[in-house]
Parts: sequence; structure tokens; C-alpha cells
Amino acid sequence: MKEEIRQTTTIAVASGKGGTGKTTVAVNLALTFSRAGKKTLLLDCDVEAPNAHIFLGTEGMESSRVTVRVPVVDESKCDGCGACGKACRFSAIVSLGGKALTFPSLCHACGGCVIACPNKAISEGEREIGAAFRGMFHGVDFAYGKLRIGEAMSPPLIRVVKKFKSDAELAIVDSPPGTSCPVVQSVRGSDYVALVTEPTPFGLHDLKLAVEMIREIGIPFGCIVNRAEAGDRLAHDFCLENDIPVIGAIPDDRRAAEAYSRGIPLIDALPDFKLLFEELGGKLIETAEACARKEVRR
Amino acid sequence: MKIAITSKGNTVDSPVDPRFGRAAGFMVCDIDTGECAYKDNAQNLSASQGAGIQSAKNVADSGVSAIVTGHCGPKAFSALKAAGIKIYTGAEGTVAENIEKFKAGSVKEIDNADVEGHWS
Ligand code: SF4
Ligand code: SF4
Repeated sequence: MKEEIRQTTTIAVASGKGGTGKTTVAVNLALTFSRAGKKTLLLDCDVEAPNAHIFLGTEGMESSRVTVRVPVVDESKCDGCGACGKACRFSAIVSLGGKALTFPSLCHACGGCVIACPNKAISEGEREIGAAFRGMFHGVDFAYGKLRIGEAMSPPLIRVVKKFKSDAELAIVDSPPGTSCPVVQSVRGSDYVALVTEPTPFGLHDLKLAVEMIREIGIPFGCIVNRAEAGDRLAHDFCLENDIPVIGAIPDDRRAAEAYSRGIPLIDALPDFKLLFEELGGKLIETAEACARKEVRR
Repeated sequence: MKIAITSKGNTVDSPVDPRFGRAAGFMVCDIDTGECAYKDNAQNLSASQGAGIQSAKNVADSGVSAIVTGHCGPKAFSALKAAGIKIYTGAEGTVAENIEKFKAGSVKEIDNADVEGHWS
């Protein structure tokens, strides 16, 4: 039997919709773990709207351009036969009016058209989709990606951010909101998913969609209720009904919003939140590590 | 000269389909002889992306020089332009009415996409 020791326990922080405080949770958890002496890596995979760096910083970060391959047609060799268009499942290349025409924003860089072209008219070029950044802040090894404005191909950039190697014991992945392809890409490979939700009817509706997605991928998960009002049972009852484990709740607090707007991590601004995140983090890590161990045994 | 009109049905009395990429089909009409033929576009109805491009390919392959439709998105627009096909939008009513309008020169040619992607 092959015994593989998992180096890093990975926790993804996700949410069914934007604005639930997902990044706040991810950043404060990462800082809490790091201060508890764990080597922690934070990966902000919300590449369309990254914002963890607002709380951590950007100074001195290493940056790298992220490109994808795109087909480039040599018009002098192209006879408009259309083989490339037939090979492409994404309509990213099509022969029209006797010439092949490319639509780089639809291209998935599979290279199929290059092989299909009988006249060797297609070569591989590069298209920049964004950049990846890496640095160390407050003891947290931190990386994030930023997609170019108007760019739709986020999965290749997310892949680059997730590949940042580290000897961390713990990795926190800040996933994009929603339930689309980039979310699946971000969450996949994690040991545990913490779904952040708001105790509002809209928030809970989106939570349910997110739960369906995570169940489909098959990763253990639990829910963190953000902006919880004291005594409000809405979210807890909802989770109970839908068989969603609740990891904890973060109270609705005007001071939290103030700290957020000033770009200060909650646990630095408010001592009671520091305690709260220590408790939440402890619970989360215990569950996630148990899940990671189970995964290794399997 | 042949033109294509996005159509919800397979006769000239069918209503115009306002969408281009996800049009049910096209009536391909020779405006000199009055001959018309229906061209199905059903495979693009369910395409998640690139429907406009495939529709453009579909009409380009039938050798038309112009397309009359309701709206046209950016990708379909570039594809049609590349194929040298003129684009007229804002069509309403039946296919036959639009053939007449086209002949009378009272349809609107566009030189830019008039809707965002997913509409097309
Ligand atoms: S590389 Fe693949 S996705 Fe891109 S145009 Fe060629 S066949 Fe289509
Ligand atoms: S397969 Fe090659 S030759 Fe044929 S249309 Fe495409 S690029 Fe041109």
C-alpha cells in the first residue's frame, strides 16, 4: 500500500454570491493560523475582483505575466478549407470568406486546430490574460491573480495561482463567488470548503446553490454565517433543514464594517473578533485536518 | 443577389426571428429571381457560446451578400464582416415584408454590433 503523507491541508473559502464577507473570513483565518504558529499560505483565486491584498499589502510582490496559447493563422498558407473550424468545439476559429478567422476570447488553448490544419497554416501565439503576484505579509505566504479587464478566461490564471508551491502546513483558498466554472476550479483539490453566507433570504438561496455544487464535487463542507444578528434563527434553521453543518457565526457589527472600509484586518482592529476567529479557526482546522487524514487513508 | 433573413419558420410568411446567433433558421432569398429556401439553424439554439459565429458561418456558406435580422452581437458582427456580408438590423414583421423593404432600400445597415454578446 502506498502511504502518501499530505503536506498541506487546504481549506477553500467560498460563497454562493458576492459581498458575503468571504475575503474577510479568508484573510482573518489566514492571519489567525499564522499567528498561532502554523505556516500559512493564502491564495486569492477571485481573479476577477481580487481584494485580499487590500488587507495584506502588495509591496515588493513578485509578479509574473500569465498567458495562454492562441492560434495564429498564416493567411498566405490558408486556403479556407474549414478543417480548423470543424476541430474546434468552442467556435474560436472558423473559416469564412475563404480565410480562417480566430476569436481568441473563446479559445481554450487545446491546440486542436493546429493539428487539424492540413496546410500547416496555424502556429501557436500567446495572449496575455492577466498576472499573478506573490509575497509574504504578516507571516502569511500570499499569492493572488488579477485578470485583465474584459477577459473571460479565468481558469488558466486560477491554475497558476493555485500552483504556487509552498511548504505551508495550511493553505486557504479565497474562491470567486458563485457556482460557475472558475469556482469549481478554485475549490477543487481542497480538503474542506467553508461556505460563507448571510442570513438573508437571498443569501440562503445562493447558499443552497453553492451547497449543490460542492456536493457534486464531493468535498466536505460547512457553513459560516456572517453578519448574524443575535437570536436570529433564519440561517441556522435553514442549514438544519438542508443538512448543512454550521461551523460558526460572525456577528453583525458596525465596527467590523468600519475596519473593513479602512483596510484593517478584523482581528487587528477588534480584540473580540480576534477571539472569535481563534475559536472559529480552531474548529475549522480540526475538521479540515480530520478530512485530510481520511483522504490520505482512502 | 442573395440575402438571408433570420426566420422563425420555413416560409416567407413566417415572422422574422429577432436574434441572429440563436435564430431558429434563415430564409435565403434570391432577390432577383424571388426564389427562397429555408436553412435550419437549430444546432445553434442550444450552443452556450459562439452561436453568433456559427450562424455567421452557416449563412456565409450559403453564399449570401447581406443579412437582415433584429439584432447582431459583436462576435457575429466580426465574423459576418470578415465574410464580407453586409448586416441590416431592426427587422420586424414577416420575412416577405423585409424582402420588400430590402429592395426598397429601407432597412438599416449597421457598422457596429448593436447588442452585447448573449443577445445575439
Ligand atoms: S486551440 Fe482549441 S479552442 Fe483554440 S481555436 Fe484551436 S481548436 Fe479552438
Ligand atoms: S484548417 Fe488551415 S487551411 Fe483550412 S481554413 Fe483552417 S487555417 Fe485555413
